[in-house]
Amino acid sequence: MAAPIIEARAIHKHFGALHVLKGVDLQVAERELVFVIGPSGSGKSTLLRCLNRLETPDSGSVVVDGIDLLARATDINRARQRIGMVFQSFNLYPHMTALGNVTLALRKVAGKTAAEAEALGLAALDRVGLRDRAGHTPGQLSGGQAQRVAIARAIALEPRVMLFDEPTSALDPELVGSVLAVMRELRQDGMTMVVVSHEMGFARAAADRVVFMDDGQIVEQGAPAAIFEVPREARTRAFIGQIQRH
Amino acid sequence: MSSWERFLDTFFNARVMAKYLPDILYGMWVTIELAVLVVITGIASGLLLALLRAAGIRPLNWLMIFVVDVLRALPPLVIIVLIYFGLPSVDIAPSGFVSTWAALALVLMAFSEEIFWSGITAVPRGQWEASRSTGLSFTQTLLFVVLPQALRMTIPPLTSRTIAITKGTALGSVVAVSEILGQASSAVSNSYNPSPLMLGAAAYLVLFIPVVVAGRWVETRFAWKK
Repeated sequence: MAAPIIEARAIHKHFGALHVLKGVDLQVAERELVFVIGPSGSGKSTLLRCLNRLETPDSGSVVVDGIDLLARATDINRARQRIGMVFQSFNLYPHMTALGNVTLALRKVAGKTAAEAEALGLAALDRVGLRDRAGHTPGQLSGGQAQRVAIARAIALEPRVMLFDEPTSALDPELVGSVLAVMRELRQDGMTMVVVSHEMGFARAAADRVVFMDDGQIVEQGAPAAIFEVPREARTRAFIGQIQRH
Repeated sequence: MSSWERFLDTFFNARVMAKYLPDILYGMWVTIELAVLVVITGIASGLLLALLRAAGIRPLNWLMIFVVDVLRALPPLVIIVLIYFGLPSVDIAPSGFVSTWAALALVLMAFSEEIFWSGITAVPRGQWEASRSTGLSFTQTLLFVVLPQALRMTIPPLTSRTIAITKGTALGSVVAVSEILGQASSAVSNSYNPSPLMLGAAAYLVLFIPVVVAGRWVETRFAWKK
């Protein structure tokens, strides 16, 4: 494996008395798609949020694209341009149009002119198939469209890695496909992706590796087929059995 | 003279009203000046305080909360009197106009700070996170993402509070500001007739009914639609 683009080592995180991450190591190679699964409260979302320092680990190290995110000298705002994130609840800015959502960081962070930002923003919306919705506000979009605009907002900055935090959990079942289709295209374009999700079908088809977390630790990881068909650990077996019944 | 005529002669005496109309009009002008100054400085400083509070500097915030609570608890008249009669003892002698302006602006600052702050905290955390995850700084996120949403939520409560405090300009009459009520009451003393008070009341209506109507329009116009 080449030098990993994401390298998290010995991450510990407490929320008050709760020990949420208990020494987690995660390496992700360039162009790799890693799925993180696990029961709620297992720490998978917290781990993901440590990878762009939305949560600051209590100890350990996080290096993304050669930048030590926890170093004092690191300009976290510059680093975050290279790390796109997509949230369960979309978190689009309701007072802006779809295009406004996509261009805000292009103008304010990447330093593009209004015209450059608009061109890049429209191109990003085009990639998620929503160029014709550029002038719509989030309230006028369906959940699936809103999440695709959120993906456009992240990829417009040309990140080196993308983090997805349960991107389809808030969607009606019939809208999930459109979001997964966009993620599949990103995958084909060679984007490095870490996805917290229980979309098993997508994981089987697209993931290089599945990581199973429980109780703040990585219990088991491997190829999707191995994790889903022949899990070694009892906890993994129990969890896979549960989500397959649903 | 019938009792009805006596009533009219006492409260709606045309001769007295005509005589003191210029004074009341001048008072209206003073009230407008005072109100505009109070609204601009009060709301601007309240917004500034709320933004400062968002920065989360603990000792500063404790001080701010204390001062804001005191200002909200004290009757505005007491603050006017404290400034007008109290400050001269430390060799600052503000006029009645400045005292009234300062006092009402402080009260509006305190209330609007609380209103802006509650708006800022009502913006979901996900908005902060989405914005920060794209590399916007804390300040950029506050200004471009959070504040526009917060302002929209704060417009209805802010409008009614602003109108309530602006009417407090009448309190200036206590410290000899020649605004509407001040002019009206001195006219009453000089003419031995309460008609100027009616004129004053009419002046307040002329001034504030449009403000109240505009306020209602703003409230419905900016009501947050999900």
